[in-house]
Amino acid sequence: MTALEELVKQSEVQPAKAPAGAEAPLPPESDDDIPLYAPRRKIYPQSVQGRFRRIRWAVLVVTLGIYYLLPFVRWDRGPNAPGQAVLIDFPSRRFYFFFIELWPQEVYYLTGLLILAAIGLFLMNALAGRVWCGYLCPQTVWTDLYFAIERLFEGDRREHMRRDTQPMTAEKLARKAGKHATWLLVAWWTGGAWVLYFADAPTLVKDLATGTAPFVAYLWIGILTATTYTLAGHMREQVCLYMCPWPRIQAALTDEYALNVTYRYDRGEPRCSAKKAEQLRALGQPAGDCVDCLQCVHVCPTGVDIRGGANLGCIQCGLCIDACDNVMSKLGRATGLIAYDTDLNIKQRIEGKKPFFKLLRMRTLLYAAVMAVAGGIMIFTLATRDSEGISVIHDRNPMFVRLSDGALRNGYVIRIVNKRLKYRDFIVAVDGLPSTLVDYVGLPPRSDSRQLVTVGPDQTREVRVVVTDYSSMPPAPSTTILFRLIDVDSGEVAEMRDHFFGP
Amino acid sequence: MSQEQDHQDHKEIDAVTGTATTGHDWDGIRELNTPLPRWWLWTFYACIVWAVGYWVVYPAWPLLTNSTQGLTAWHARSAVVADLEELKVQRGPMMAKLSSASVAEIVADPQLADFARAVGRPAFGDNCAPCHGAGGGGGKGYPNLNDDDWLWGGKLDAIEQTIRHGARSGDKDDHEGNMPAFGRDGILKAKEISAVADHVRSLSGLATEKGEDLALGKKVFADNCALCHGPEGKGNRELGAPNLTDKIWLYGSDKATIMQGVQNGRGGVMPAWQGRLSEPTIKALTVYVYSFGGGEK
Repeated sequence: MTALEELVKQSEVQPAKAPAGAEAPLPPESDDDIPLYAPRRKIYPQSVQGRFRRIRWAVLVVTLGIYYLLPFVRWDRGPNAPGQAVLIDFPSRRFYFFFIELWPQEVYYLTGLLILAAIGLFLMNALAGRVWCGYLCPQTVWTDLYFAIERLFEGDRREHMRRDTQPMTAEKLARKAGKHATWLLVAWWTGGAWVLYFADAPTLVKDLATGTAPFVAYLWIGILTATTYTLAGHMREQVCLYMCPWPRIQAALTDEYALNVTYRYDRGEPRCSAKKAEQLRALGQPAGDCVDCLQCVHVCPTGVDIRGGANLGCIQCGLCIDACDNVMSKLGRATGLIAYDTDLNIKQRIEGKKPFFKLLRMRTLLYAAVMAVAGGIMIFTLATRDSEGISVIHDRNPMFVRLSDGALRNGYVIRIVNKRLKYRDFIVAVDGLPSTLVDYVGLPPRSDSRQLVTVGPDQTREVRVVVTDYSSMPPAPSTTILFRLIDVDSGEVAEMRDHFFGP
Repeated sequence: MSQEQDHQDHKEIDAVTGTATTGHDWDGIRELNTPLPRWWLWTFYACIVWAVGYWVVYPAWPLLTNSTQGLTAWHARSAVVADLEELKVQRGPMMAKLSSASVAEIVADPQLADFARAVGRPAFGDNCAPCHGAGGGGGKGYPNLNDDDWLWGGKLDAIEQTIRHGARSGDKDDHEGNMPAFGRDGILKAKEISAVADHVRSLSGLATEKGEDLALGKKVFADNCALCHGPEGKGNRELGAPNLTDKIWLYGSDKATIMQGVQNGRGGVMPAWQGRLSEPTIKALTVYVYSFGGGEK
């Protein structure tokens, strides 16, 4: 053994025993070739009862409930807007979320949401490890649902494993067919719910049922059905192990204070049966609480052995905690051999010191602060945003026009935005030149002979205006002017700076 | 290390990680063998099979004179043509309205006017911009279509007439009227040309050259120019004679340019577009040019 290997070995947290589980290699195949591609080891996770199982059921019901039912929630916005609470309206380029309506140019709110999501993920990680992976990730939630369906048809771990080794019978075939049919049904429902976010849900359901929905709806249902069935039914832990970037990033972002699902080897080692432990203890020799029953491995949805220490395959769902607690309770020993804890605390206990938990630290405070700032900015801008807007484009050619009486004129294309759900009348005024006249090109005066720009509910309107300067001779090459858009009824104003050019 | 040995050694398990090694050894550093999942390989093969599908579906393999057509015979070119055809169908009803309505009716209907301007914009870029500029700003000898000074009239009908038949284009309904080459044809002497040029500049309040005989200029103007440009130099749209009293100069206001015009004459040509452009396009162009801001009521 080299000096380096010795160093590495000493720094290892886990006991000297070689770890088992996901990180354990497959034995090299008997032929002489180095196996560059490994067959997948099928995982048969055993069902388990307990605190974390109940939490996971609750999260599953709530998240899937939101996903499947949210499109049907109604929200009355008045006559000129859809009545669906959450709607991504691609044809008219609007996003509706209850009382919020976003235009495409407000997509920066999405950026804000992504920042909140990323920092939220980091914060969760700093507090309690892979909370996202274990409880909230769609891959986890749907896979969990698919496990439940699998157990319903093919039985729990032992029954399922036994049947898989036996030859195919009519009963086995029926069970497998039933499982896959139900999986496909769930997958299809998942895809169906997805498309409902993009159109009026009740109408689309009716159209889908009568075969009159647009092709793209069927296409997306097909795509989502295929991905759900493949990822939740067949890929499962492979997504976490090989496809997802988060486990890699997470490992780099974690620190020694973050709570993780941890096997307390200070208490568990050396492993021995309950009987042998009694004997050893009677002799005054050390005996751990772990009876090596492998329940923690059998319930694991990704097939890892948590006793090998924190690793990439562990999504930290806490099911091994439940399994171990159940065994410990039966043995009359204290629960919590596997628990949310830190390696730091294990070392503390080994040294006879008190374990400590440090949730408030620079890292978590900073994450929380960043989230508060980003969220605060979003709420503030959302609450104070204008319901009207103006953008101005100066003519590129010609930059200015000399009129026959010598006056100068500049042309602009302005776009007026009306975010209210009613018709509004605007006038455009220009500040910054002593004597100007604003003409709307091709805009006939209304019946009351006032020249107003009427913009429809929740719409924009493009108007060409020419601004004539009758005053300054000689004119400046460029004068900064201010376009003011005024709602003639409410007096609300939107402003935009531009320039007035001369020779 | 021989190949044979290499393969035998790979069964070695790394003590630290518990992972098998490939048997490769570089100064004591050994490579761990962490095999990819087999489905990964299958995905790779599936991608290759998928790629083969392109050969079957799309034109792919070059042949001597052509290429394999595939099941769809899809080409980018024919797809564009099909898209344009589809666009034509979509625009059909509005284009029909453009064809049947008069330009005055088009302008009176805001929706149709918007459509006309949208159709007119690219048509202007394709056909008119080479002379008049991308935004109708004009140039020396090419009128600015944004201002309020029109050679042949700035009302809707007049603009339409000019687009249809042109100016000095040879079309039987075109605008006629030439500025004669007074100097070249020997009608005026150099001195008279110089004098009349200064007189013309004085009409719009521009400075005149010191010592110039303005009285002579005025007389020459009355005898030769007033016929078309009017006794006060206000111009005549019937003949396309520009207003010489305003601030807008088609060729330039300096004395040399004016003298050049009197010496050699002027006669810019605008082609007739009737027959070259479709009916709705001509109307759309009329509305578009009118909306530059110089259109007269």
